[in-house]
Amino acid sequence: MSEQKQSGNGKPDHLLALKGFTKSFGPVQALTDVDFEVDGGEVVALVGDNGAGKSTLIKAIDGVQPPDSGQAYFEGRPVKISDPNSATRLGIATVFQDLALCDNLDVVANLYLGQEVVGNGGVPLPVINETEMEQHTSELLDELSVTTLGSVRTEVGSLSGGQRQSVAIARSLLGDPKVVLLDEPTAALGVAQTAQVLSLVKRLRDRGLGVVVISHNLEDVFQVADRIVVLRLGRRESTFDIQKTTREEVVAAITGASAELKVQKEEK
Amino acid sequence: MEGATGTANGAEPQEGRLTVIARLARGELGSLRVFITIALIWAIFQFENDRFLSAINLTNLTLQIAAIGTISVGVVLVLLLGEIDLSVGAVSGLAAGVMAVLEVKHGWSPELAILAGLATGALIGLFNGFMVTFFGIPSFVVTLAGLLAWQGALLAVLGDTGTINLPPSTITDLAGKFFSAAVGYALATIVTATTLGTGLLERRRRLKARLETDPIAGIVIRTVIVGVASFAAVAILSSDRGIPLSALILVAFCGFFAWLTTRTPFGRHIFAVGGNAEAARRAGIPINRVRIMVFTICSTMAAAGGILAASRLIAVNQASGSGDILLLAIAGPVIAGTSLFGGRGSVWSALLGAVVIGSISNGMDLLGLNSDVKYMITGGVLLAAVTVDALARRQRERVQVT
Repeated sequence: MSEQKQSGNGKPDHLLALKGFTKSFGPVQALTDVDFEVDGGEVVALVGDNGAGKSTLIKAIDGVQPPDSGQAYFEGRPVKISDPNSATRLGIATVFQDLALCDNLDVVANLYLGQEVVGNGGVPLPVINETEMEQHTSELLDELSVTTLGSVRTEVGSLSGGQRQSVAIARSLLGDPKVVLLDEPTAALGVAQTAQVLSLVKRLRDRGLGVVVISHNLEDVFQVADRIVVLRLGRRESTFDIQKTTREEVVAAITGASAELKVQKEEK
Repeated sequence: MEGATGTANGAEPQEGRLTVIARLARGELGSLRVFITIALIWAIFQFENDRFLSAINLTNLTLQIAAIGTISVGVVLVLLLGEIDLSVGAVSGLAAGVMAVLEVKHGWSPELAILAGLATGALIGLFNGFMVTFFGIPSFVVTLAGLLAWQGALLAVLGDTGTINLPPSTITDLAGKFFSAAVGYALATIVTATTLGTGLLERRRRLKARLETDPIAGIVIRTVIVGVASFAAVAILSSDRGIPLSALILVAFCGFFAWLTTRTPFGRHIFAVGGNAEAARRAGIPINRVRIMVFTICSTMAAAGGILAASRLIAVNQASGSGDILLLAIAGPVIAGTSLFGGRGSVWSALLGAVVIGSISNGMDLLGLNSDVKYMITGGVLLAAVTVDALARRQRERVQVT
């Protein structure tokens, strides 16, 4: 069996490890004693039914919504992620599901939005250094093999969904993060564009990043992930090694079919 | 939708060329559309009345548009945010009123009075910005209230006097001063040289960074257009009364704010907030601060426009800043391609739009048409421009749905 017991997995020698994350919203227990870990150079898929706690866990990791209790470790050190800025400082970047790009700006401007490179050649004015930004954008997109854009001066609004997702992902890499969280990166994409984004996710892993992908789409998950972590009803249900599991097993874990007995016992 | 996805993917290899065309259509051709409109309007009026393109009338036109164009500069920034400011007319009148009262009734120096007028505008803009950001009231409503309130404030400031005539001073010089041809040609030379110089510098920087560069012909064409336009303007204006200071003020404002919006992070953030405020916020941009600053700039520019208008009228009265000033100041940039929906446009559309509207109004005056016809035609032009904007927007959305 590929299923592992999760307790004791969150050893602090992972790139990012969470121990005992718990979060409740009033009477609703969104996360209960969840451990989670991701290493550099691996893609971890976070799956689960609606309301399983995926988004709550991601928000706890990227600091948008700190947990009620639990300890995070980054590169073995205990850390406190209390807001998005502290997550960014640690090197955790998030790519949101709804992309958060400005359609009226070009690729370069979107990549550097809010962190424009300023000043060139000793001009004492706060002038945007377009040359440097454009150069780095091209380099970054080349490294990621995002080659379908045409020009990096294309307005983002005229790009396809897959290209936009690529831009959003590339943008998260600007701050040299170590962990990238992707929230439903292939939602609403066509087949070809999904393939585009998935191969980009693999390249992030090849760069040595720890990648966490939230997805509803098990087909995508099986294509790209190294491990699958299943959340169910706010708990970590099980963990699968992609090499040693089947879709049926994962589906069973998501729906609770494999854990009915356990759940019943806990409810008593 | 599936079909569209397919074509988008299939077209990807050629997309480089396609986007160049799209960019042309949106950018250079976009402003070309305005130039064609202006040429058409001028040709029609010149055909109907051969005094339209005379030096004296073009000088009058220049003087007529300086105030409205200056107000429009601020309006463009607010439109870029995706907001609107309906109080610019009333604010222009109030600022001029404050200035006139301080100078004439309280004996302030003209310079200080001008500063006080501008400060009045800035404070009102600050107020508008706070109301919009902290209370989340739509700018339409805040500034609609302002439209009424500041008109009332102008009446209060003017008091029983009603009309305040301005004595000859720095204030009246703003619209009354003309520079000689020599000064004009010197400025035209500087402007042309700057266009060429920055174009070449930019090109060299991009070549050094091994980025794709526009063909050198592009720089030459741009320089020639700017050069011919500025030298022709100087030649025409100096054959009449000279180069009006107020026109230089308007062009300088346009140049400065065009630079601010396209070259600085602050300007980039204005476009970002107008394009997708949520994305801007997540990118760490202080969107409320950007909004407040833009409203402050807008009302300050409205005050500057009001001061120029007072300078031209040599008086401030109870009607200052009222009437169609507000609508023309908003219509101008929209006619010249700044979107009402936010995130798209250029500060230069303030100048070009003022030329379009000013030409229509001036030409119809010259033809002796009545106000009824004038209003209807101006309204028709505005509606046509907004329709083009809305169609362009729908087109973009259709592309994006893929």
